[in-house]
Amino acid sequence: MESNLQEKIIDPVSMRVEGIITPPKRHHWLLDLFIQLVKTKPLGAFGGLLVLGMVLLAILAPVISPFDPDTMHGEKIVAPPSRTFYLGTDALARDLFSRIAYGARVSMTVGLGAVGLSTILSTIIGILSGYFGGRFDTIMQRFVDAIMSFPWLVIMLTIMAILGPGQVNVILALALAGFAGASRVVRSAVLAIKEMDYVMAARAVGCRNTTILIRHILPNVAAPIIVLATLGLGNAILAEASLSFLGFGVPPPASSWGRMLSGDGLNYMLKGPWLAIFPGLAISAGVFGFNMLGDALRDLLDPKLTGGMRLRR
Amino acid sequence: METTQNMKRPILDVEGLDVKFYLRDGTLNAVRDISFALFPGESLGVVGESGCGKSVTFLSVMRLIPVPPGKIQAATLRFDGTDILKLSEKEMQRIRGNRISMVFQDPMTSLNPVLTIGKQMREVIKLHMKLKDTALEDRCIELLSKVGISEPQMRLRSYPHQLSGGLRQRVMIAIALSCNPTILLADEPTTALDVTIQDQILRLIKSLARDLGAATVLITHNFGAVAGTTDRIMVMYAGKIVETATTPELFKNPLHPYTKGLLKSIPRVDKETQEKLFSIAGAPPDLMRELVKGCAFIARCPIRDDSCYHHLPPFSEKKQGHYVSCWKVF
Repeated sequence: MESNLQEKIIDPVSMRVEGIITPPKRHHWLLDLFIQLVKTKPLGAFGGLLVLGMVLLAILAPVISPFDPDTMHGEKIVAPPSRTFYLGTDALARDLFSRIAYGARVSMTVGLGAVGLSTILSTIIGILSGYFGGRFDTIMQRFVDAIMSFPWLVIMLTIMAILGPGQVNVILALALAGFAGASRVVRSAVLAIKEMDYVMAARAVGCRNTTILIRHILPNVAAPIIVLATLGLGNAILAEASLSFLGFGVPPPASSWGRMLSGDGLNYMLKGPWLAIFPGLAISAGVFGFNMLGDALRDLLDPKLTGGMRLRR
Repeated sequence: METTQNMKRPILDVEGLDVKFYLRDGTLNAVRDISFALFPGESLGVVGESGCGKSVTFLSVMRLIPVPPGKIQAATLRFDGTDILKLSEKEMQRIRGNRISMVFQDPMTSLNPVLTIGKQMREVIKLHMKLKDTALEDRCIELLSKVGISEPQMRLRSYPHQLSGGLRQRVMIAIALSCNPTILLADEPTTALDVTIQDQILRLIKSLARDLGAATVLITHNFGAVAGTTDRIMVMYAGKIVETATTPELFKNPLHPYTKGLLKSIPRVDKETQEKLFSIAGAPPDLMRELVKGCAFIARCPIRDDSCYHHLPPFSEKKQGHYVSCWKVF
């Protein structure tokens, strides 16, 4: 057996040099990821397309909107969709399409900002808390308990009341109200992972705690983190809508999808249903897109799942 | 052989090692005041039932026991002349994986599933050897081919789940040997593997360790595993060493009733028999409770008498190099 193997492996080092074994073609890993996404996860790719659409809508808002979002068009109050006003006008005779395009900016910034911030916070706290345990864990988790024991809206309203309205403050409030639950989930994932043999094996080869945390624990809890983040994105867009509805969101005249839906959309639901339908569609498309994309990414980035791609370095 | 070994300074010198775990339900005394030595290049087999302190002993040597709840105490715990218990965690990290390395029981779970084999190998080598780029890559390939893995550069890009159990254990061995350790600890390295693979892995460990001149410790509950691969065997029971002898001596002339029982309970293919396989009645004592003053094996011992209840039997040399801890052996 042993000798047989020895014959097969002549001199592996020189084999590489001579190119007898050619490694498979390597693209940049992002390109690889994209190819795999389109090939194996069509729904995820569609979600990605929606997300891309949202981002483009936000960036290109000034270019593609036919009117200024705040300009009022005389008596064209709650006008139905037409050739001039693609998606109709709202109660103040402002072009709905332009407002949705500009609203994408607010919704995207608030959504991504809040989720980014809360994901970073919850990951750091969850991982440290789960890995080190002990007193740090106890203190952190009681703090998390305290946040979780308040109704979510109450916390946000309190924070908004302290900070005052504004886009950055909305992001802060959403992140602070949302990170606690997520950190609990991350922590429980870490509790399971840290007992795995490979963590012990990493210690046995002389890895420091930081190396173990970043190289061994973090990638293994990435799946729940990605899921939490994508779910959180939808929630953040909706929560921003709630805040705006209560008058604590991004102050007018800036348009946000949530405010459009909960303001005019609600008030004129029967007279001008497009006022509810289009912002609602925009929110749904955004949330759906992020969820699908996140789901697909989680599968693709997990080497254990069949059909998962292999990210090479 | 014996005499030259005795002349050498032990690479690992353990005296009065005692490991306790302070748990919610009480104190678990996993290793109770044991002493042994490991000599350079020697191959030591450690045999015993589950929960008799084999793994804990050597995890303590690497200081991999979580402290607290664990507590390691020893009169002497020297690796290559340095007192392991006095080292800082940082100094310990320089020893782990570099001078003392370990192969774990289950290769299915001891490799990180989300990192490629290459990443996990490079991590260790970079940590201890300061190799870079091509030299690093060549070292990985060299190691993988040494442990008998074909197409090593393809394998470097594989994830653990793409390899079989045997291959993964080979990778674990490659990682353990990557920095030319002085001591290789193998904690039940074949328990999770197919019988056909077990022998290959054991022989691989033996031959690679011999090439490196590394001392090996093979922890197992299987006498068959240590028979052909070790120089000396240490039998543990209830956190104590009950018998030590060279491998041929122990198989030929087991003295402790526990060792005898273990040897009798190995199924044999060379003797045809209709009888049921022998087993030692009872179970090891609960190390959580205070043990009896006398011999720990007493409840299961076929040759006990009154003297065994009152005093702990001394660990004494009955023959040259053959130590045993039993009142009833003369």
